[in-house]
Amino acid sequence: MGPRINYELRITKKTLIALSTQHSALSTQHSALTSALKKVATIETETAPERVEIHAEHHPNLAHHFESMEQQREAGTLGMWWFLLTEIMFFGGMFLAYTVYRHMYFSAFAAGSDVLSIWWGTFNTAVLIGSSLTMALAVFHAQTGNSKKTTLFLLLTIFLGLVFLRVKYIEYSDKFAEHVFPAGAYEWPPHEAPAGPHNVGDLFLMLTGLEASHPAGITQQGMPVKVTTNYAESGPYYGVGGSIPEQIGNPSFGAHVRMFFLLYFAMTGFHALHMIIGIGILFVLAWQAWRKKFSREYHSYIELTGLYWHFVDIVWIFLFALLYLVDRHP
Amino acid sequence: MSSTTTTPADLGAVHTNGQELNYLNNGHGLKSWLLTKDHKRIAILYLLSVSFFFIVGGIFALLIRINLLIPTGVFSPDTYNRLFTAHGVIMVFLFLVPAVPAILGNFLLPIMIGAKDLAFPKINLLSWYLYVVAGIILSIAIFAGGIDTGWTFYTPYSTSYSNSNVLLAGLGVFVAGFSSILTGINFIVTVHTMRAPGMTWFRLPLFVWAHYATALVMMLATPVLAITVSLMAIERVTHVGIFDPAMGGDPVLFQHMFWFYSHPAVYIMVLPAMGVVSELITNLSHKNLFGYKFVVLSTLAIAIFGFLVWGHHLFVSTQSVYLGIAFSILSYAVAIPSAIKVFNWTATLYKGSISYDTPMLYGLGFIGLFLIGGMTGLFVAALGLDVHIHDTYFVVAHFHYVMVGGSLLAFLGGIHLWWGKMTGRQYPEYWARAAMIIQFAGFNLTFFPQFILGYLGMPRRYDSYPPEFQLLHVLSTAGASILGLGLGITIFYLIWSLKNGKRALANPWGAPGLEWRTSSPPPTENFLETPIVTWEAYEFAPIESMEVLGYPGDPGKPTQPVSADHGTED
Repeated sequence: MGPRINYELRITKKTLIALSTQHSALSTQHSALTSALKKVATIETETAPERVEIHAEHHPNLAHHFESMEQQREAGTLGMWWFLLTEIMFFGGMFLAYTVYRHMYFSAFAAGSDVLSIWWGTFNTAVLIGSSLTMALAVFHAQTGNSKKTTLFLLLTIFLGLVFLRVKYIEYSDKFAEHVFPAGAYEWPPHEAPAGPHNVGDLFLMLTGLEASHPAGITQQGMPVKVTTNYAESGPYYGVGGSIPEQIGNPSFGAHVRMFFLLYFAMTGFHALHMIIGIGILFVLAWQAWRKKFSREYHSYIELTGLYWHFVDIVWIFLFALLYLVDRHP
Repeated sequence: MSSTTTTPADLGAVHTNGQELNYLNNGHGLKSWLLTKDHKRIAILYLLSVSFFFIVGGIFALLIRINLLIPTGVFSPDTYNRLFTAHGVIMVFLFLVPAVPAILGNFLLPIMIGAKDLAFPKINLLSWYLYVVAGIILSIAIFAGGIDTGWTFYTPYSTSYSNSNVLLAGLGVFVAGFSSILTGINFIVTVHTMRAPGMTWFRLPLFVWAHYATALVMMLATPVLAITVSLMAIERVTHVGIFDPAMGGDPVLFQHMFWFYSHPAVYIMVLPAMGVVSELITNLSHKNLFGYKFVVLSTLAIAIFGFLVWGHHLFVSTQSVYLGIAFSILSYAVAIPSAIKVFNWTATLYKGSISYDTPMLYGLGFIGLFLIGGMTGLFVAALGLDVHIHDTYFVVAHFHYVMVGGSLLAFLGGIHLWWGKMTGRQYPEYWARAAMIIQFAGFNLTFFPQFILGYLGMPRRYDSYPPEFQLLHVLSTAGASILGLGLGITIFYLIWSLKNGKRALANPWGAPGLEWRTSSPPPTENFLETPIVTWEAYEFAPIESMEVLGYPGDPGKPTQPVSADHGTED
């Protein structure tokens, strides 16, 4: 036993010595390599043309913790995209609630949707898509360094945003007048049928407030005719069961329509809040663009606001389809 | 620390009264702190405010334990409801969620990747202010009448029946959520765009990876909580049913939406803690972390799986049995990446040269307690068994093993590891070890009896209980007092060390990370020159070869141990 252990020890010692020689050689090599690598990296950093140039320039809008304008812009864009992702999750919660209850109480949701004005909805959709166009043009002109046109298109975007909010205001006040919402004075069916423009002339008059009262001829008492006629023979639906006319007498039917309106107000309300914030930002940007703050090199705030604005538009497209068009398919 | 001649003037390394300019003495007065955009100063602001709310939440915990000393309860049932709700709300939203990310993450993440600051310094400051506003709102809700719904705000109780400050609490939670979303965006963008030259993705320290994964969860889950409490508030104000079944709503929808946030939120609390533990274990066993890539992938896997398991909170809430089976299996699946981490930490210890300093003690404590917390998680994830132990003290013990034994210990371990880096002073080692052992003992005495209590059928959130449970409850209360004592000692000596602690050297642990290659405390822009990374993550080199960057006139700048007991021989 003894000698064998000694033998093993000898081997280990030998190996150790060999290893340590090897190790020291390797570590010398390693440190040489490391310093060489460092040199290369330093040279690369120093000779990278755009970096040197930008450093020399020191753009006044470059924050101290960024190395280059490009890095700053990339960070901003990435941040906005992630922010929009959180917004999707935020609206997603309401879309989930909507989906669940639309599935459970389809007929009540269809009846509620029928009270909304398809005219106003369509008009507003067009307005918002138009504002997306003007926003995109503002971004384009910012990228090409045209301050005047940037300002112009930012102001146009603001105008279209305000038109959208004006229409929303009319729609909301109609709903309040009809006692569809809020809940305290809620009655179903509503006292008056939904108001809405029926031709371009109505649209203009109502937008400008010249014609405050509803166009004659569409005011009717009780349940909107369309609901009763369209759904009378349609058979049973999910939820409380039975066809629409039966359900109208059902007390929970009113509660479910009310839920539709609650979701309508929550979803369009949060959307309108985003519009208001967006318009506020656009005002600041328009002012800055007019003062020639932006240039070909520095315009990322306009791009980022553009991303936000387009996102808000897309949310509306979904809201329009889900809230206004529920009963539009057979 | 004598060389100033070669350092760039705009980085401000000048001597003031013979002291090097660092982030702490670069600007004085309240205004220089309240309007700072320096991520390190914001981290200190977070440290102060989060610690404050931790102490408040801890006092509520002690009040809960006092109430349960006698079977009939000390306080009225109504008061007791408000006490445990206050404890839960404060600890979840104002301590556990921001603790590691907003303090340690804020301080270290930019330094660890070699950046000068987070990508959006102003937004970083904004998120601290939002946190403070949320803290004030929640404090008003708690102290001016209280909240009695439990931290989960279950409907329809919260929307139709509770006469406590539910709306205010919802607002506070909403604002706190906004704060954590902004922190998350900041972290993600910083890791993507601000890494130093040579800092590739697979050279990132695991602490950074953990915060990356956490930030993903924060951003994807928190908005859902925001909309959930908003809908809850709308229902409470308008009395139109969304969640209240009496008005046609569905309370289970609330539970789905709430847990879609709140289960991932568990990973918001524990993933950064795991990142801290990876650092503690590696740096104090002076050995490359075993299976770096596997730990990275398991971190991401936990973040992803975390989104798929919320339904295990709804096993007894009329959720479909088939859905329950799916959620049960998925919950088991989370155990795999968690186990990978534990195995990797253990394998890192194997044949390492371990120094049993306080951070390592916390790291080891974490592994043990997280193991118990995680394994009992499998008990409650089992569909059949959960019917028996759902809403009992078994669940309470389980999540406290993960949240206190896991997140809190890791947080404290991280605070000790980086205390010298943050403040420039080392904590007293002897007292710190003693405090850690007291906390560990107190913790186990508090929560182990609760496993037994829960298994015997003691339901959670009850203010009174049958007399045969009293022994276990008294043990638990005794443990809570010991735990409180241990935490008190830590708070005391940490404050004491600010004036009296030994001066911290740049690298007291002989650790390889970038944060150890700058002075303690670091200068305002973190490094005097932009670091260029030529080494892999956790590449332990002989201590002489790890120089402090930015002191060319001071070659080597050997980073010796502060004292023998902080020492490393290899």
